[in-house]
Amino acid sequence: MKPSLFDYVAPRSVDEAVGLLKEDSGAMILAGGQSLIPAMNMRLASPSRLIDIQNIPGLSHITIGNGKIAVGAMARHREVELHDGVAAANPVLRAALGHVAHIPIRNRGTVVGSLCHADAAAEMPMILVLTGGSVQVAGSDGGREIAAQDFFQFHMTTSRQPDEMVVEAHFPALPPGAGFAFEEFTRRHGDYAIAAAGCILTRNGAGAVATVALAACGVSSKPLRLAAAEQILAGSRLTAADIKAAGDAACAAVTAPGDMHATAGYRKHLFATLVRRAVERAAARAQ
Amino acid sequence: MARGKIKPKLPQSSDDPRVSVKLTVNGEEVTREVSVRMLLSDFLRHELGLTGTHVGCEHGICGACTIVMDGKAARSCLTFAVQASGREIRTIESLADPDGTLHPLQQAFQDCHGLQCGYCTPGMIMNILSHLESDTEIDLSDAGVREILAGNLCRCTGYQNIISAVRRAADHMAPKAGQE
Amino acid sequence: MSTRLFGARIKRNIDPQLLRGEGSFIDDIPLAQALHVAFVRSPFARARINSIDISAAVAHPGVAAVYTCDNVGALDIEMPLLIPHSSMHDARTQRPLARDDVYYVGQTVAMIVAVDRYTAEDAAALVDVDYDPRDVEVDLEKAILDGAPLVHDTHEQNIAAHFVQVSGYPDSAIAQAEHVTKIRVQVDRSTAAPMECRAVAAQFDEVTGELTVWDGTQAPISVRGGLASIFKLDEDKVRVIAPNVGGGFGQKVLLFYPDELLVPMAAMQLGRPVKYIEDRRENFVGSSQERTQIHFMELYAKKTGEVIALRDSFLHDTGAFIPYGIAVAQVASTSIAGPYRIPNIWVEFKAIYTPTVPVTPYRGCGRPQACFAIERAMDQLADELGLDRFEIRRRNLIADHEFPYDREGLIFADGLKVSLDSGQYHKALAMMEERLDAPSFASAQAKARAEGKHLGLGLAFYVEGTGLGPYEGGHVRIHPITGKVYVNTGLTSQGQGHDTVFAQIAADQLGVKPEDVILVEGDTKAFDWGVATFASRAAVVSGNAIHKSAMIVRRKALQAAANMLEADVGDVELKDGAAWVKGTDRKVPLSAVATATNPLRYAFNEAAQAATQFAPASRHDGPSLDEGEHPGLEATDYYSPPCATWAYGVHGALIEVDPELCSVTIRKYVCIHDCGNMINPMIVEGQVMGGIAQGLGGAMYERIEFDETGNMLNANFVDFLVPYATEIPDVEILHLETPSPLNALGVKGVGEAGCIAVGAVVASGVEDALKALGGGKFRHTPITPSMIHAALDAA
Repeated sequence: MKPSLFDYVAPRSVDEAVGLLKEDSGAMILAGGQSLIPAMNMRLASPSRLIDIQNIPGLSHITIGNGKIAVGAMARHREVELHDGVAAANPVLRAALGHVAHIPIRNRGTVVGSLCHADAAAEMPMILVLTGGSVQVAGSDGGREIAAQDFFQFHMTTSRQPDEMVVEAHFPALPPGAGFAFEEFTRRHGDYAIAAAGCILTRNGAGAVATVALAACGVSSKPLRLAAAEQILAGSRLTAADIKAAGDAACAAVTAPGDMHATAGYRKHLFATLVRRAVERAAARAQ
Repeated sequence: MARGKIKPKLPQSSDDPRVSVKLTVNGEEVTREVSVRMLLSDFLRHELGLTGTHVGCEHGICGACTIVMDGKAARSCLTFAVQASGREIRTIESLADPDGTLHPLQQAFQDCHGLQCGYCTPGMIMNILSHLESDTEIDLSDAGVREILAGNLCRCTGYQNIISAVRRAADHMAPKAGQE
Repeated sequence: MSTRLFGARIKRNIDPQLLRGEGSFIDDIPLAQALHVAFVRSPFARARINSIDISAAVAHPGVAAVYTCDNVGALDIEMPLLIPHSSMHDARTQRPLARDDVYYVGQTVAMIVAVDRYTAEDAAALVDVDYDPRDVEVDLEKAILDGAPLVHDTHEQNIAAHFVQVSGYPDSAIAQAEHVTKIRVQVDRSTAAPMECRAVAAQFDEVTGELTVWDGTQAPISVRGGLASIFKLDEDKVRVIAPNVGGGFGQKVLLFYPDELLVPMAAMQLGRPVKYIEDRRENFVGSSQERTQIHFMELYAKKTGEVIALRDSFLHDTGAFIPYGIAVAQVASTSIAGPYRIPNIWVEFKAIYTPTVPVTPYRGCGRPQACFAIERAMDQLADELGLDRFEIRRRNLIADHEFPYDREGLIFADGLKVSLDSGQYHKALAMMEERLDAPSFASAQAKARAEGKHLGLGLAFYVEGTGLGPYEGGHVRIHPITGKVYVNTGLTSQGQGHDTVFAQIAADQLGVKPEDVILVEGDTKAFDWGVATFASRAAVVSGNAIHKSAMIVRRKALQAAANMLEADVGDVELKDGAAWVKGTDRKVPLSAVATATNPLRYAFNEAAQAATQFAPASRHDGPSLDEGEHPGLEATDYYSPPCATWAYGVHGALIEVDPELCSVTIRKYVCIHDCGNMINPMIVEGQVMGGIAQGLGGAMYERIEFDETGNMLNANFVDFLVPYATEIPDVEILHLETPSPLNALGVKGVGEAGCIAVGAVVASGVEDALKALGGGKFRHTPITPSMIHAALDAA
């Protein structure tokens, strides 16, 4: 189980990296490598060129400001997870990061790398969708910001162009008084989600739902916002009936395909449960 | 290959492009010219002869190849040697004293029968060590220790004795009152 | 003698070396200029090979050789059928490299030898094989139907073996039955997944003609015999070493895997050392697996619950080949009545070829399946008769006074009778009842339900025939210079701590510290009589052989020391590394005794001076060694068991099921275990705990998934879910020690014990937890969340 041969380059600037990407359509960015290298070892991926970005200055930052958390392309999962400013600005990141593989993987793997890998069952893409975040890309024609819902196209496919590199991810801070929850089920600790649901919710003075975001992973070909369920919950007093209706609506909105770890029927049943639990837990945390 | 027959001419090395890798391993600076695709696990084992780091799956699940890189546990099978340039690596070989006296964590594994075949053990120990030596306080509850161990597969022990070993080592390694 | 070491929790001798990272696993052994192997493997479960084009691979830089069936000479053969049996006809075994046909995904088709494994894998991808795929059927029950695609054209309905065994008079007993319970149970395919995959390295010295093979095998002596025979080499010129081996669990007892023959061949042909280090994917698709069996069991009982007859008919999946014969199915069929008296048994199996990885023993070897069948059937019988699960077992367990309890007519996997030799089954069950507080469980369960929690009690009893023959040997020698004790045996360790338990046995006889006993095993140059490590047999068979040899050495040492100390032999004792005149401070170190018993010419140290021919103490008329006398303190003896010795145990658990998540949490797990006298309880508990963890893997997580075309979908640790620490609960292990009457040490095997009952425990607990929700029956492992969901959905 050894990787096939590639051309290795370690640029010193984003511009240089983008130039190297443009030169070779088979090139891939190497950041933490925790998804890419296993795929290469199994020869499921054989990039012709690896562009190692670890020596590019200014990509390892985690900054909080302007209502958002900015995570540089070389910031590791574990650094984001342990960052107290991140936890204060939006605790749903830490809650979700605890489910990303295991600590030695999180020590190396990067949040932006996980977003670019875009596994449909992965936690961080779903968190980007849930929080309404975005990614900043640099390309040969300059930069652009891509909103989460536009970025994720399909399992392991994003709208990043071949000559573009994601340099930063933006996760909006939690709205004031908001409650949050991240509910995931795996058969084994640290594995990709069989299904997961995230919720961010605020309540008005009367206790009814003022704003709500619900998102899911593992149940579709990409991370999803659950708009129909959100509509049911908007303005709701969170009765058991409303929460159940939201769970059912969430289920109706996902394909929840069967695989070796879960039948389609079980995955839907599980997902409805996780959505309910996420809403209940977020509501309990909301002020 | 019978005696008296001319030995066949066989290749000595691959055509892979080489790259210079310079890093610190167990406190010693090393420089080697290796293939760009050489995994750090193979580099440590076969270039440096540090065969204590084992290889169990080469896709990041089993943790047998875990080493400590810049103070943090990492999978050496999911890192190219070239990526480790300029970094500080610690492997299992760095733990015991030169006279062979075991590190308290190693000793705890023996005392608690925390190993059987011993294949997963070096990776397991390097992962635990990174926690015991970190500034963050570790959770020694059953669930807390299991969480630390998750990410390292052991097929022999059923983990129970490893959990005891972690607690025992944490106890032995904790600064005693009056010290520090 | 000082305190007895047998039975003590002695720390393991081997640990410091392994802990320092100084193990010698095969890929750790430095071999200068070694070449590396990768295989081209079949992507089809069943196909005809039209052609193989190796030209691009041969031309690839760094490639030393490419082999197919056409250039492997004497290795273009069907490999041996290891255990012949009359129930098979024309048993099919694999070729090292496929000729004309492939029979499973992963079968070896061509071998690349190159400067490194990276390059070898590059070249493997360049071999162009033209396949003509054929229809396949991987479902066991469909594979035996008329018209199902055949794996081997020679075997109709894909039946590889058919065997019926009978004990007692089942027909007449069935006629007297007042109640019959019928059940179908299924256990799915799994794999051992040792942390170190298999590995073989070979070096040929063309000057001396010696072939050295390092092989992560459980059976080095047998591998040596096979290599010498197939390559037509003198046995003395072939050395097979199994160094540190990172777990085996049965997978490494099969011989030959293709690489075990092809790697030595390449080393001999190319004149360079050659290594094959199997990777994890190859371990999944290329190394043997086990478990799939489907049992149809009928229990014939009296109204009291007393089972008077058992009929069981089962299908056993043997994969594409049957190199290990019917061993797995035979062990299952002879363990089928478990710990119960059941005097009348009819048991039949059909071993079925499927186009999948060949099946050979994996820890448990048919016992988990048999245990699952009988224990689930017992639970069902209890349910149907309105009896408690403990009570139905009490009414059927063999009583202490009934041992040895023979199952006349059944023949075990060693070709010998099934005779359960000793035990305290009722006491074990009573202990479990107490530890689980079973009498009050019903109220605890009701209380939990009121709080919305679903608790169940899981229970299963198992027996395990261990310590199979034919024999093993022990060689014991006290070294003249250091006084250390050297012990050899023919089998090997894959982590079981042989070096420590065998040291305890020898040290007890010779009065030395266990760390002064040095065990060398798994090296045919050190000792080459014996068989292999399998069937929980090392402690029983090698342990008793070493015990016998050590006793001989002890007698010799006492006699020689008595002469040196000028004392009566009855007054001499061995302790602390010396021979002492009892009750005095007069002693002579064992090293000196060993030296003195070896008449010397050259005085190389102080002790040797006393042993030279001209030393005053040695001078006597005539030869230095009398006729029949041997130099030194050394002996070799053997132990050959009369039949298997039967260990047993009972496992119980309190299990919580979350019907929303369909998840299972084990709140408490208790194991009552009896393997006879324990040599080292710490090691016994380690074996049992590890077995339970592996059993939990099989019960809840691990299943090899084939698609309809026979392609393995989870040949990796991402999707084949070996449990982490987070999936395994704490286990409470309690011991009984009922000595085996069959051997001097009174020991029984323990290696496989832990894994046997776990599937039945989990199934029984989950079923109990979901009873109030109408959750149905759980008769199929692994029990997954999807299965629980399906059961609740149907309720």
